[in-house]
Order: sequence, then structure tokens, then C-alpha cells
Amino acid sequence: MTLGSKRSWLLFLLGLGWFFVLLWPLLGIHPDGSLTFAETFEVWGYVSSVAVAVMLVYQLNKSGALEFVTTPLERVREKGARVYAMAPRWLWLAVLIGFALSYPMWTERYAQDVAVNVLIYICLGLGLNIVIGLCGLLDLGYIAFYGVGAYTYALLSVHFAIPFWLSLPVAAVLAAIAGCIIGYPTLRMRGDYLAIVTLGFGEIIRILLNNWMSLTNGPNGILGINAPGIWLPDFADGFTLEHLWLKQLDHIYYVILALAIFTIIAVRRLNFSRIGRAWEAIREDETAAELMGVNTFTLKLMAYASGAVFGGLAGAFFSARMRFVSPESFTFLESALVLAMVVLGGLGSIPGVILGALALIALPEIFREFELYRMLAFGGAMTLMMVVRPAGLIPAKRMGKRGEEAE
Amino acid sequence: MDFFIQQFINGITLGGVYALIALGYTMVYGIIQLINFAHGEFFAAGGYMGVIILSWLAGQGFMQTHPWLCLGLSLALTMGYCALLAMAVEKVAYKPLRHSSRLAVLLSALGMSIFLQNGLMLTQGVYDKAYPTELVSGAVMLGGVRVSVMQIIILGVTASLLFGLNALVFKTRIGKAMRATAQDKVMASLAGINSNRVISMTFAIGAGLAAAAGIMVGLYYGSVRYDMGFVPGIKAFAAAVLGGIGNITGAMIGGFIIGMVEIMAAAYVPHGGEYKDVFAFIILIAVLYFMPTGIMGENVDDTRV
Repeated sequence: MTLGSKRSWLLFLLGLGWFFVLLWPLLGIHPDGSLTFAETFEVWGYVSSVAVAVMLVYQLNKSGALEFVTTPLERVREKGARVYAMAPRWLWLAVLIGFALSYPMWTERYAQDVAVNVLIYICLGLGLNIVIGLCGLLDLGYIAFYGVGAYTYALLSVHFAIPFWLSLPVAAVLAAIAGCIIGYPTLRMRGDYLAIVTLGFGEIIRILLNNWMSLTNGPNGILGINAPGIWLPDFADGFTLEHLWLKQLDHIYYVILALAIFTIIAVRRLNFSRIGRAWEAIREDETAAELMGVNTFTLKLMAYASGAVFGGLAGAFFSARMRFVSPESFTFLESALVLAMVVLGGLGSIPGVILGALALIALPEIFREFELYRMLAFGGAMTLMMVVRPAGLIPAKRMGKRGEEAE
Repeated sequence: MDFFIQQFINGITLGGVYALIALGYTMVYGIIQLINFAHGEFFAAGGYMGVIILSWLAGQGFMQTHPWLCLGLSLALTMGYCALLAMAVEKVAYKPLRHSSRLAVLLSALGMSIFLQNGLMLTQGVYDKAYPTELVSGAVMLGGVRVSVMQIIILGVTASLLFGLNALVFKTRIGKAMRATAQDKVMASLAGINSNRVISMTFAIGAGLAAAAGIMVGLYYGSVRYDMGFVPGIKAFAAAVLGGIGNITGAMIGGFIIGMVEIMAAAYVPHGGEYKDVFAFIILIAVLYFMPTGIMGENVDDTRV
């Protein structure tokens, strides 16, 4: 058993030394003119001991010394997959839906809050998944559609007292229009340029929300948005309809659950429709798709518009749930978070996106005391993920490699 | 008229800063066709390193006795630090992905940007950090126009760095290697150029320039913030695209144009100050839409656009 080559350890130590050089000026130079090393050594010690452990495991695994653990694990995984394949698909779905429906009955308010967040991000992630996962258009301004949806309902509710359910389609349509407006000028661009232009659009919308005082009340946001209401049949006095505001979290949970299920079904249907196939053709090779008679112009616009619809729906729900919106919620970081979900889970894969949303929203809640380090870990994880597993946790089944990237 | 000249000088000052950041984008893009999202963070890191070193020097009492020496020293140390930082980032986040999809590299860069930004926040705090600016507070009156000493310093440093870079790229061996690698990586490595080292050097130089911009912005506005890299980063990218990405002269011109537009818009357009960030983005979109190769660009091949 060898622990890797001397060279790899030497490079590793060099890397640790380098890290120390980068870290020390940030922690050890003080404005009172003193230089300290203790704090830097502490932080550096934590990081390097974790790094050494990871390196050891990696090298052991590579040399085959860990086979006594990995082989049984692999066997368990295979068995699990066999059991999963044996039971019919509807059984698993029924279990899943049962779990989702009964969730508020046996959980606390805090857990419900997290679940509502996860469901919002599932809607957003699946919407972005259409644009980037299916059609291959890298959109870094996706959160703008969320913002459009949120402000649409907020304004309709505050100024015209229009109920949530009526505003929902309006928000979706407005978001789709915004999607077309953003999509149209970017149709000629590809890859990186597209990414940066969509980022620019996202920022423009955020700046508009922040500065258009007369419409959006600027950074102060809009208060007093109505919760969704429903009419319940009431049999106490013959038959009447009783109006109920869905203000409680366990009620509003079902609204977003319904929206998320609608999104999942819609995205799935889109994926396996002719349109979805055309999108995938564009993703794989735009020129070839165009030559084969795919109308790339309309289809790309459609990808933007339909991706935006789900963002808009999620946004409308967001403002109905918080009963308050402000531009703070629609920053670039949110776009990056949604993007990270899609990529972490697996581009173009619906279970992947759901898993990604769970991983990025629910997991950090468990490590609540490390709240400060959340975004740091998130950025690092994004880079690490790209380096070790660029296809994501659950890669989509139909995914090719672009010709221009194969070089 | 005085007002216009005043704004013009402000525009050139800001434009110089954008030009310095844009150079890093354009050089990296020219060589490995990657938008280095983390580039704005090198700018922010430069701003922070500047305030750390200058405050330390002030604490030691050197600032009061040798202000200009301290300024030069902090500039050099900051540029060196950011060069090391950029080389580390390149090794960790970009080198392993040299042959994978462009999306993967872009996301890796995005992750690195978030990582660095939060690293700065965790070590330096969420609040603004103030520069010890008393040494550069003077101003020169030219007619009715007020030019602050800081503006003169920024212009001087920018100009000398731009000339220095030009000399480096067109007169030295490493510059030749960089140009060769940008032209054709495979051929260059066949001709004996270590392309990994060239890429590393490119990152280092670009980050050094961004760091210089960071320290000057810090001195100009008097304070730095951990998330100050994002918006200038995007504007500098807009400048690089405007000038024709991959083209060094273009990036300088683009930087000055973006800076000028921003200042003029803030001065002459009603509500321009509130929306000044929008103008850079609109220019970016318009340029990419109407002339995707920019003002000076010619050799961007079709698949990249």
C-alpha cells in the first residue's frame, strides 16, 4: 500500500503553504501596527487538518486500501437499486405524495417554514431547468422573473385588492412577457456572452425595483399584501360559502405544494413533448438543430417564456406568503443559488433539481450554527462540484456533449 | 463649461479604474476564452489589502513620515498578493476544468467568486472599512475646475500601468509567449511554450492590475466593502466587450468610454445618478446585439459569440 506519490504530497504541502501566505495578511496585520500569528495558525490549522484527512482518504481509496469499506457499500447500493426497481413506480409516487400531504400534520412551524422554502425553490429550479437544462441557454438573471411575479401580485393586491388566484395567471403572463423581452435581444448570443447579458438584465430589473419609487416604493418595499383566500362550503346553515384567508403556515403549505406539483408535471410534460425534444436538440447542437428544421428563434423564446412562467408563479406565491416584498429578495446571489441547485442536482433532470433544492435549502438549516459560513461553503461546494462531478448528483438520462466542447 | 470639464475629469478617473479591471478580463478571455467571474473579487481583495497595509503602516507611524513611499509600497504588496491569490484560484478552480464544458468552468468561476467574497466578509467584517486618507486630501484648482490629488494619482498610476502592460505584452519574452498562446494554444506548446505557466502569469498580471484599481478606488471613495467587486466587475466586463474582448487596447478604450458614460449620465440625465449602473448594462447589451465583436475586435470566431 502506497500513499500516493511523493510528488503529489509535495504539491499538497505547497498548496497549504500558499494558503497560509494568502490567509495571514487578512487575519494577522492590524491597524494598530502590530502583527499576530496565533489567529491565523488556528484557522489554518483547522483547514489544513481537514485537507490532510481528505487527502489521506483520497490516496487510500486510490491505492485500494479502503476496499473493505467500499465493496460492501457498493453491494448495498446495488441491492437498494434492485428493491427500488422491483416495486412499481406508482407505489413510490404514492408514498412520496402521502408524505408531502401529511407533512404539516406531524411537523412544527419551523420545519414547515423550511419545507415551504424548499418548495418555492423547487418551482424556481425547475423553471430555470427549462431554460438552461433543456434548452442550454445559460441564464444568470433568472431571479428577475421571480421578482416580476412577486411585484405583480404585490401591486395588484395592494392597489386593486385582486385576489391571489386571479393574480396568479396575470403574474405568469407578465413574467412570460418579461422572459420574451429579455430573450429577444439575446437570441443571437451563445454561452458566456448570453450569461453576462442575462446577468445585466437581472441587475437592470433589480435597479428598477430599487429606484422606481412611485411604483415599487423603492428599497422600503411593499407592505400589506393579502394572503391567498379560499371559499369553503359551509353546511351549518343550509349551504353557504365561507371565505377563509390562508394565513396559517400549514394552510399556505398546501398552496405551494400544489404549485410545485403543477410545475413538476408541466415541466415533465414539456420535457417529453415535441417542444422539449426540440429544446434538447438546440442544447446539443444549435446549428445542426436549425439545419434539421427546428425553428430555433421561436423555440428559444418559448424556453425563456415558459421558464419565466414558473418563476413568476413562485414569485406571486412568495409575496403572498411573506405579505411583503422588497428588492432585497431578488439579488444576483439568489440567481446563483437557483442556478447552483439546477447544476448540483443535474442539468435537465427533474429529480436532480428537487434533490438540489433540498440539499441547498434544507441542509444549511441543519447546520444552523454555521450560518455565517453558509455562503462560503456554498461557493466552495459549487467549484468543487464542477471539478469532481460536473454532471450533477442525478444526471439527466439524455444528455450529450457539444461538438465544440469536445476539442 | 467648467462643470463639463469637471465631469470629464471625473469620467476619465473612473474610466481608468474600469480600464484596469477590464484588462484582466480581456487578457484571460483572450487566452483561455473564459469569463473570469472571480475577477471582480480580485479588485475587492486589492481594495482590502490596501486598507490593511496602509492602516498597519499608519499604526507604525510610517504614514506620517513617508506618505508617498507607503503608498507605493502598499500598491506593490497589494498587487503581489492578488497575483498570488489569482494563481491559486486558477490552480484550484480553472486548471482541472481546462477540457470540460464551458458551462462547468463558468459555474466554477461563479462559485469561486462567491467563495472569495464571503472569505473577505468573514475575515474583514460586513461593514465598510475606512482608508487612512489624510495624506492625499489636497486638490489643485485649474481655473474653475477642481482636480484632487487623488485623481492625479489615479490617472498617473493608471497611465503607467497601462504603458507597462503594453511594454510587457509587446516587448518581452513572456508577452510574446502570451500572444502566441492566445493565438493557438496547441501550436504554442509545440513550439516549446509552457502554456500552463503562461496562463498562470496571465491570471497573475490581470489580478495585479485589478488590485491596483481596487486600492485606488478605496483611496478615492475613502472606504471599501466586501461586496464592492461585483458591480465594477460587470462594468469592466462591459468595457472589455465594448472594446472587443481579447484586445488590450480595446479594453482600455472601452473602460474610458464606460466611465465617461456613467459620469455624464449621472450629471446630465434626470435621475441619472440613481440609474447610473443601468447605463453600463445597456451599453453591454447594445454592443453585443449590434456589434458582437466590439469596437476593436476582429478575430472572435463565430462559435464563441
